[in-house]
Amino acid sequence: MKRIISFILLAIVALGITLSLLNIPFGMPKTKVGEHYIKKGIQETGATNIVTSVVLNYRGFDTLGEVTVLFVSAIGLSAVLATREKKIAEKIESASLVLYTGCRFLFPLILFFGAYIFIHGHLTPGGGFQGGAIIASAFLLMYLGCRERRISEKRTKIAESLSGLVFIVVGLIGLAVGGYYFLSNFLPKGTPFSLLSAGIIPIIYIAIGFKVGSELAFIIDRLMRESE
Amino acid sequence: MSFLNNYIYYIGAFGLIFIGLYIILVKRNLIKVIIGLSILDTGINLFLISIGYISKGTAPIFEKVEAKLAPMVDPVPQALVLTAIVIGVAVLALALSLAIRLYHHYGTLNLRKIREQRW
Amino acid sequence: MIFLVAFLVGVMLISAIAASIFKDLMNAVIASCLVSLIAAILFYFLQAPDVAMAEAAIGAALVTAVFVIAIRRTNRYEE
Repeated sequence: MKRIISFILLAIVALGITLSLLNIPFGMPKTKVGEHYIKKGIQETGATNIVTSVVLNYRGFDTLGEVTVLFVSAIGLSAVLATREKKIAEKIESASLVLYTGCRFLFPLILFFGAYIFIHGHLTPGGGFQGGAIIASAFLLMYLGCRERRISEKRTKIAESLSGLVFIVVGLIGLAVGGYYFLSNFLPKGTPFSLLSAGIIPIIYIAIGFKVGSELAFIIDRLMRESE
Repeated sequence: MSFLNNYIYYIGAFGLIFIGLYIILVKRNLIKVIIGLSILDTGINLFLISIGYISKGTAPIFEKVEAKLAPMVDPVPQALVLTAIVIGVAVLALALSLAIRLYHHYGTLNLRKIREQRW
Repeated sequence: MIFLVAFLVGVMLISAIAASIFKDLMNAVIASCLVSLIAAILFYFLQAPDVAMAEAAIGAALVTAVFVIAIRRTNRYEE
């Protein structure tokens, strides 16, 4: 009985999506807002990556909401998985010498690559979220390769809280100093194509890169510790 | 052939949404349901990006060399999908932590057996 | 060019169906990682390099790692 109802529901949804897809032409320009952002993008924000200027300047409030959702998820996960029973520490089998040395050698290179991606977020494809995910992958590599090491919890929490605070403080300064709205671009725009340009956009992307990287590393640490 | 040319990305996105919904509605293991949620998320993101595509357009990034004036694709759906991917991973991490907790409490992850053990 | 895209979409749909059929949960997670990876390639063909980088870094690496760690803690086989 339940299967019949679910198949009828799937058929209705499939019919609705098919009928709507046949009416959306593929490859035609559809909205006018995108054209406005492309034409006036460099002049109004100073960033040459238009997606970055849309994410941080024109729709900056949505990015604040996304950072909040990630923060709430990290807190919720840590609260659900907190147990009170003491675990007997099992003996972790340590890795071989080749694996250990290789992972130790690769770890700072991956961190460097992640930092490069979120610092140049307004010039090349990339940005805070991608760079933060790469930094979290570097910590995952350390968990899998060199198995006795753990991230230091105090430093991770300090990094995450401080970078979240930097985001909000820059937004409030924009409200007080520059224009009429939260996260207004109040620093000078500079010349395009150079590293120090586009106002507050590099500062916020560096803060987001630190925050996302430390949060995802914290999530992986909590899950790994639970499954020892 | 021209039908395939126009609608191949739509077929891919629609297929992923359909398979994701089927896994959520029919399967009984909780981790299988969460895998279906992840596939549904990927399908919706693919659908959003393929709406904003303009024929023979380039990526919305300016370069120093003044290239020939090709139209650029729409940048607004790309910003929305960037947000959606990160929110997807946050929801998945929280869902998996709840699944681990359920397994500790009930001893099984079969939804039918969990529903029978009400109290 | 169209045949390349059609081939990739075909492989993506087949591996999504395989993720629903496998009884061993590790195999299902690897199949969903393949879906994410091919979606990242398709994002690049649709001229969206930011989104392709985000999907490859987050969807294909971190989601799979979190799933594998969670499966290690619970059952490995369905039912």
